[in-house]
Amino acid sequence: MQHFRNVMRQLLLVVISIVSLYPVWFMLSTALKSTKYYTLDPTGFPYHVTFSNFSAVFHNWPILVWMRNSLIVTIVAVGVSTVISIMAAFAIVFGKGRGRESLFRSNIALMAIPPVALLIPMYTLMVTLGLINQLPSVMIFYTGLLVPFSVFFFVNFFREIPLELVEAAYMDGAPHRRILRKIIVPLSGASTITLVIVNAIFVWNELLVALVFLQSNTSRTLMAGLALYQGRYVTNEPLLMAAAYFSILPLVVLYIFGQRFFVRGLTAGIGK
Amino acid sequence: MSSMDATTPLQELFDKEDQTAPDTRSVWRRHQLWPYGYMAPVLVALGLVFGYSFVEVVRYSFYAGSVGQLTYVGTANYKELFADPQFTHSMFNNFKLLATVPIVTGASLALALIINTTFRGVRHYRAIVFLPYILPATAMGLSFSYLLQGNGVLDGLLRSLHMSFLIHDWLGSPSWVIFSIGGVIVWQQFGIGVVVFSAALLSVPGETVEAARIDGASWWVVQRRILIPQIRRIIEFFVILQAIIVLSSVFTYVYVLTGGGPAYSSSVMEFFIYQNGFENGSIGIASAAAVVLLAIASVFIAFYIWVRVRATKQAA
Repeated sequence: MQHFRNVMRQLLLVVISIVSLYPVWFMLSTALKSTKYYTLDPTGFPYHVTFSNFSAVFHNWPILVWMRNSLIVTIVAVGVSTVISIMAAFAIVFGKGRGRESLFRSNIALMAIPPVALLIPMYTLMVTLGLINQLPSVMIFYTGLLVPFSVFFFVNFFREIPLELVEAAYMDGAPHRRILRKIIVPLSGASTITLVIVNAIFVWNELLVALVFLQSNTSRTLMAGLALYQGRYVTNEPLLMAAAYFSILPLVVLYIFGQRFFVRGLTAGIGK
Repeated sequence: MSSMDATTPLQELFDKEDQTAPDTRSVWRRHQLWPYGYMAPVLVALGLVFGYSFVEVVRYSFYAGSVGQLTYVGTANYKELFADPQFTHSMFNNFKLLATVPIVTGASLALALIINTTFRGVRHYRAIVFLPYILPATAMGLSFSYLLQGNGVLDGLLRSLHMSFLIHDWLGSPSWVIFSIGGVIVWQQFGIGVVVFSAALLSVPGETVEAARIDGASWWVVQRRILIPQIRRIIEFFVILQAIIVLSSVFTYVYVLTGGGPAYSSSVMEFFIYQNGFENGSIGIASAAAVVLLAIASVFIAFYIWVRVRATKQAA
């Protein structure tokens, strides 16, 4: 009976794993087929592997420019929002003065605001500032969108730091700058990496804002470019799947090699 | 230990209580000015992206025309909005998609309970199931558009399994399309549920379960009477967060899978706002729709904060 139950469980898990992975496998296997071969056998194993789709994407699409744009936007938006959120969380948790708790609470509410509701005013603002089709437009928007969760995350983490550490430094006459730099930031290393990964995934994957703000071919992010070329190449499945595969590859690699950071960062808040 | 055994960022949302006692963690004796300097950049960012936008979107909702030539029209945009079948249909689609919330919650909770033991490969299964959650909806939507199209891969599979009666044009049939989009959402959100619930179950003390087992409680009774009640708070948070996601972040699925079609049968509020604001150039109508969306979202947010506060009080 126990044995039967284990077999059933394994079977269930195998089925669920196949369902979870199949769309990714379909993407890869299609990208490795020629258009003719795909039409004949869309789901079969790619016995006649061709890399022509990948090279076509590289040669005929500005995909490297898009990737570079996505990378720059991700680094800037995640970097800026992380730094300013650490500063604010430090002030909220360790500072004195009114308004700190209200700032923390408004961040909790703002975490759940639909970005689309902010899109029209932000768009007209970017038009006024002349930033449409410029990367800073999305950088500013993403930075703002990332702040609420980041502040929330750091405040909760800082509240677990033993107060004695801060008190000791304060007694030694360290100013707030030094306490933040020498005590708080080193302690938050692992948590910061976790937050950076989570936020970077959001920015890399974001479509709506990028689609609206970046409309010239050279300013697009990878997701916006992919969504646009979908219309143009919809009948060339292998080519589109090759491009889509490029967009998920960095995430899959990060996921496989970044697990260690996930563990360290996420357990840092609980243990030690 | 894999990442899957650790708490997830989402878990942070559930686990930490707000320790709201004021000033207890400050070593500074007097009120000082530096905290305001430290909070200033965040205040500027929030003021610009959220504060400014809230004010402006409400203002635009009472105007017609394009930016630069706005004319005040009072509540005409709202009247037009609710008379527009496309908008009511879009709103209704958001509500239909709420059906994914119990499905995702139930299915991922069930799997988390089933794999809540140590056996060979459990970590790998959890890692596999979680993967879809981090993949871009744009790319996966492309893949699904080929899998689900009429005579596509799914239909081929159904035919080969002799279940032809289930064959549909999953994305081309106005009555089926929103459920197909819901299916893709379930596919992507399932993993985060499994990981959150697995982490929660790991933190339930083993003694209670052991005691019940010794008393002869069956597997099912242990799950229903002991484990599920212990993680009830986390289930509540998960349900609310999923509802918020379905309401406010499903644009990508709709845009990539169907473009809102056929006609507008798979449009959602986000898509309606995008289409009116940026394809048709009617920012007044789009802003009015955004205000309605914000109003609905604030009900969910209020509910979320209420559950949070209640949980904090219970913990205290």
